[in-house]
Amino acid sequence: MMPSPLAILALVVALMLLFSVWNGGKRRTLRNIPAIQRLQRSIDLSVEDGSRLQVNLGHGGLLSTHSAAALAGLTLLQQVAEIAADSDLPPVATSGEGTLMLLAQDTLRSTYRRIGIPDQFHLHLAQTTGITPFAYAAGTLPSVLDRTALSTAMLGAFGPEAGLIADAAHRSEGFSLGGSPALSTQAVLFAAAHEPLLGEELYAAGAYTKANVAHEASLRTQDVLRWVIIVLLLFTAISPFFGGNQ
Amino acid sequence: MNLRAPFSTAVAIGFGLLVLLGIFIPDLADLRNRILNWAMLLAAMALLLGLLNLFQVHYQRIRANERSVYSIVLILAMVVTFIVTLLQGSDSAAAEWIFNYLVVPIETSLMAVLAISLTLAAARTFQHRTDLMNLVFIGTLLVLLLGAGPLFGMELPYFTRVLSPYINNVLALGAMRGLLMGVALGTITTGVRILIGADRPYGA
Repeated sequence: MMPSPLAILALVVALMLLFSVWNGGKRRTLRNIPAIQRLQRSIDLSVEDGSRLQVNLGHGGLLSTHSAAALAGLTLLQQVAEIAADSDLPPVATSGEGTLMLLAQDTLRSTYRRIGIPDQFHLHLAQTTGITPFAYAAGTLPSVLDRTALSTAMLGAFGPEAGLIADAAHRSEGFSLGGSPALSTQAVLFAAAHEPLLGEELYAAGAYTKANVAHEASLRTQDVLRWVIIVLLLFTAISPFFGGNQ
Repeated sequence: MNLRAPFSTAVAIGFGLLVLLGIFIPDLADLRNRILNWAMLLAAMALLLGLLNLFQVHYQRIRANERSVYSIVLILAMVVTFIVTLLQGSDSAAAEWIFNYLVVPIETSLMAVLAISLTLAAARTFQHRTDLMNLVFIGTLLVLLLGAGPLFGMELPYFTRVLSPYINNVLALGAMRGLLMGVALGTITTGVRILIGADRPYGA
């Protein structure tokens, strides 16, 4: 019997609300994701040495099936901006789609306002660099190749063209981190990026960069649901041995 | 006090819930489709704003004499393409010529560069990363390459008929499903965070 999508959604909401108000009575430590730890070091370094951090949000818009990945990228952009907005070279966001550019501009504008430097915000801090996937990559490459941006994070919907951006970061001796919901892109990023984010790690960045309590709650919800799926898979596999339906 | 924040949050959550409920309640399907059509119109408008942003960024680069040659080419190409498609339509002969003889060859060239970049990247990975995951990656890659077909006219049956299909159909498929489940769970929780207003990427 298949559980209904509404039941799954209700379970997710219930678990997230539960974990938002209940932290288990002790401080939980999140499992180690080396890519995000290196990103945090990279953010700190960019503040110290005045280099630029570029957050690439990909070319999947809000109406595409991969919009959640771009939203995870926006969360990272907000966290990066909160730390590095008042540095010599503030972080920039690139996108390959109009709605994402508007959201990135809004995210940066509200972050600059919150940290008290609204006059330093400029619309050009969030750019559309190209409309098709390869045009987007080609538009993003120059700032990576000429070392304007020494750290490059790719979080969003990317195709294999993400390999070009990661390769450019390698050649300019910068740091690159990448995650995408597409499996073929994850394979490309595993080979090309310094630090790849695989599977659900893409959506965990907010919890690790201390976005808010909901991010940690959603991470714990994912952990619980993953175990539920594992148990269900095992149960389905062994049930025929005990006379269950095949 | 920023009065825009609670309003935009309420609008985002309200419309998000209506679209979601439209999936489960058939009576709301029409409303859901109408909202999605509005969203598509807004996305088209946002695309125009994105193009305007691209134009502005490169115009400023030309004024600052910063990588200006590329920016001039980009702006010229953008203006010519926009005018041609505006006057003659996107399915006109001129627009098709631009697409077939300029856009496609340039993107194909980038694809070719990508093939070389990825080969180099794989070699670099082999050189720099020496952890277990990387050894598994390289080992799998070698087995799949040996199993892909005859090597110098000589077939390696154990690789082509046993090992390679086993990796493709059992190990890789299982790993792919695991990764997809992770992506699906991440997508659901991200969507729920937006719906309950915990994440507000619209700047509220």
